[in-house]
Amino acid sequence: MTFTYKTLTMAVTAVAAMGLAGLAQAEYPEEPITYTIPFDPGGESDVTARFQEPHLEEILGTDVNVTHRPGGGGAVAWSEFQNSAAPDGYEMIGVNIPHIIAQPIMRSNAGFETDNWKIVTFFHFTPNALIVPKESPFDTLDDLVAYAKENPQAVTLGGSGTYSANHLGVLRLEREAGIDVTYIPFTGTGPLPAAVQGNHVSGIFNYSMLGVQMQDSAKVLAVASEERVPAMPDVPTFKELGYDIVGGAYRGVAVPKDTPTAVVDRLEEAFAETNRRITDKQEPLGFVMTYITDDEVDQVIQDLEEAYQPILEDAQTQQ
Amino acid sequence: MEMFVEALLSILTLEGLVTILVGVTAGLFIGALPGLTATMALAVLLPFTFTMSPLQGLMALGAVYMGAIYGGAFTAILINTPGTPSSIATTFDGFPMARQGRAYEALAAATIASVVGGIVGVAFLLLLAPPLARLAVVFGPAEMFWVAMLGLTLVASLAGGSLLKGLMGGCIGILLSTIGVSPIGGETRFIFDFPPLQGGIVLIVALIGLFVVPELLSMAAQGHGSLKESNKLEGGALASIRKMGRHIFLRPTNLIRSCLIGQIIAIIPGAGGNVTSLVAYNEAKRFSSDPSSFGKGNVDGVIASESSNNVMVAGSMVPLLTLGIPGAPPDAIILGVLLMHGLRPGLDLFTETGVLTNGFILSMGFAAIMLLPVGLLGGRLIHRVVIKTPFYFLLPTIAMVTILGTYALRNSLLDVGIMLILGVAGYFLRLIGIHAAPIVLGMILGGIAEQGYVQTMLAAVVDPIPWLRLVDNTLSKVLAVLVLISAATALLPGWLARKGLLEKAGSEEETS
Repeated sequence: MTFTYKTLTMAVTAVAAMGLAGLAQAEYPEEPITYTIPFDPGGESDVTARFQEPHLEEILGTDVNVTHRPGGGGAVAWSEFQNSAAPDGYEMIGVNIPHIIAQPIMRSNAGFETDNWKIVTFFHFTPNALIVPKESPFDTLDDLVAYAKENPQAVTLGGSGTYSANHLGVLRLEREAGIDVTYIPFTGTGPLPAAVQGNHVSGIFNYSMLGVQMQDSAKVLAVASEERVPAMPDVPTFKELGYDIVGGAYRGVAVPKDTPTAVVDRLEEAFAETNRRITDKQEPLGFVMTYITDDEVDQVIQDLEEAYQPILEDAQTQQ
Repeated sequence: MEMFVEALLSILTLEGLVTILVGVTAGLFIGALPGLTATMALAVLLPFTFTMSPLQGLMALGAVYMGAIYGGAFTAILINTPGTPSSIATTFDGFPMARQGRAYEALAAATIASVVGGIVGVAFLLLLAPPLARLAVVFGPAEMFWVAMLGLTLVASLAGGSLLKGLMGGCIGILLSTIGVSPIGGETRFIFDFPPLQGGIVLIVALIGLFVVPELLSMAAQGHGSLKESNKLEGGALASIRKMGRHIFLRPTNLIRSCLIGQIIAIIPGAGGNVTSLVAYNEAKRFSSDPSSFGKGNVDGVIASESSNNVMVAGSMVPLLTLGIPGAPPDAIILGVLLMHGLRPGLDLFTETGVLTNGFILSMGFAAIMLLPVGLLGGRLIHRVVIKTPFYFLLPTIAMVTILGTYALRNSLLDVGIMLILGVAGYFLRLIGIHAAPIVLGMILGGIAEQGYVQTMLAAVVDPIPWLRLVDNTLSKVLAVLVLISAATALLPGWLARKGLLEKAGSEEETS
């Protein structure tokens, strides 16, 4: 009797536990999810979120509300998120590398820390591309490097922002090639095409999207990805040309640190599936789709932190 | 030509026209609400366009854009609050007109000017896009610096009485623009160890604070609305429309000048509608036979501002569609939509996908035309509401809307706080004669000037005398000379008058 009784209890408990677990999983998501973009509408992060929104809603079966909280190159939204977001999976925020690495190093009061959240996934990568005007005397990366060696500081390279992916790309090129160029920050990607086409700078370091966009109106000398970007098959990588530079911006999404694993997994799957569905639309624009999750996230952050830390610290001591 | 006809046919469907009508109406109301800008209107609308065909989506966005830029004029005229930054200059004369009981005249003039401006912009875009696009890339950092300096000389004409107080206002504005992460260099400035301040002070927040709050406070202090309640239309609405129509078209110089200024500034990347309307206003004043009447209810000021900012709508698409350079902030969203539909800016856009592109451009022309009925009818409605509502209802309602609008801008309570602080400060500054306009001008142009200057200096590190880079080419030299002339024309009369060398200037000074 006791045996059966015990078995029964165990069975009931097991069933209950399974049921509860099942219930807990089925519960998420039952409310609308807020997806904060820490930048202005119209940028790469925003456009991507717009691509994702309908698919995420379909997969997760709930509303996903994209809101914007721009300011301080993302820092305002990130510090607010780390201070106040609830770890229940109903608040998530777009995160960008190198921003979340560089800002806490460069600013004593960025208001957030690189590791103080759970990054669900990095869903794409936009490598840096080196773009020069059509009339530029430089036809290859070697031309540019040779000229820069002869004429320190004379080559001006524009890019979006300071200590941004573009800026760090230029600093790495300087180290790798042993040259000294002048970096000129612009506010955002918007003014860069004009800077190239109007010959206001010798060239620009910007994301692969702009490279694709300007394929006909400018020369794209190199791209900072592991392999050639599908949308620009003729453009060599820095690696092929002998410079070990892989970098650009990784975009992903994060939730508060203590968010339950089940919720994180659910979001991870949803973003992966969304990524597969929007590949056809994003790849031709120059995006490199990625499925970086869990340990790989830490690996990517660690690798880039190692690459950027000395550059950033150098820059800081010069300030 | 075939392409044009095909494009025309593709938008002249019931569905197409309804899209435009709804878009214009929605844009108008969003634009009229302070805090909701054209950029935001487009961002909010964006997800709805996903279910539409590319052309229909673009038509809807173009219509909303057109409506929003125009809608800003309503609040500018009726409650001295620019609904969007592009309507700042509309308040200068539009609101004084409203106080004189000529609100509907001002609205009618703004409507007609916007319609003409919108159509002119479309015409430029259709006919002259490729050559104009070349002009867009000529403006480099040095040129931008001079453009901003030229704009700053406006302070003299906006100062309204005391040049010193105008300059003080401008300096306050420039200082406010430096709060937050610096555009170049990336340092945080004046954030007082308070991370949320990294976001800086957004123009529109300052705009609402400095324009609306003081107006509300003085309404409350005076105990009556700022518009006369017996604000009846003399001879009805149609008479004012006819009167304004005659005024605008019989002496079209102002209109033509403003449209040209609008088009040129629209294609300079990074300037946008707010700079456009300010410069057009200033030139209207400079070339007027009676400059001293500006700021006191001269309808030409309204016409200059509103025609030039609506030229900007289609005009700023010139660099966008041909080169992928957004001429004004809302264009960045249109660029996103184009890319999303696999359309790459460039000349292909006009040939390979010409039907779509021309359809989009033409639809903006239709949107401009539709401003006329929608604006004149909607204008009467809003006009009546503002006039008829007792101020003790109107005042809290406006206060509520501005607070919501400010919050909605970046989902930030801090912005609401900043808005209120600036508002109270603005009220007292106004009492001592420092007005909102020069402050806002300083905020807009201070950032542009700083960026242009620093970028130029960075590029010139190898030059022996770096600042010579500022006057390196013909265009920058011309602009620099214009700045000098503009500053001189502002300062000379006063100086001569003080020296007693110019009797005429002296006597004018006394009468004004």
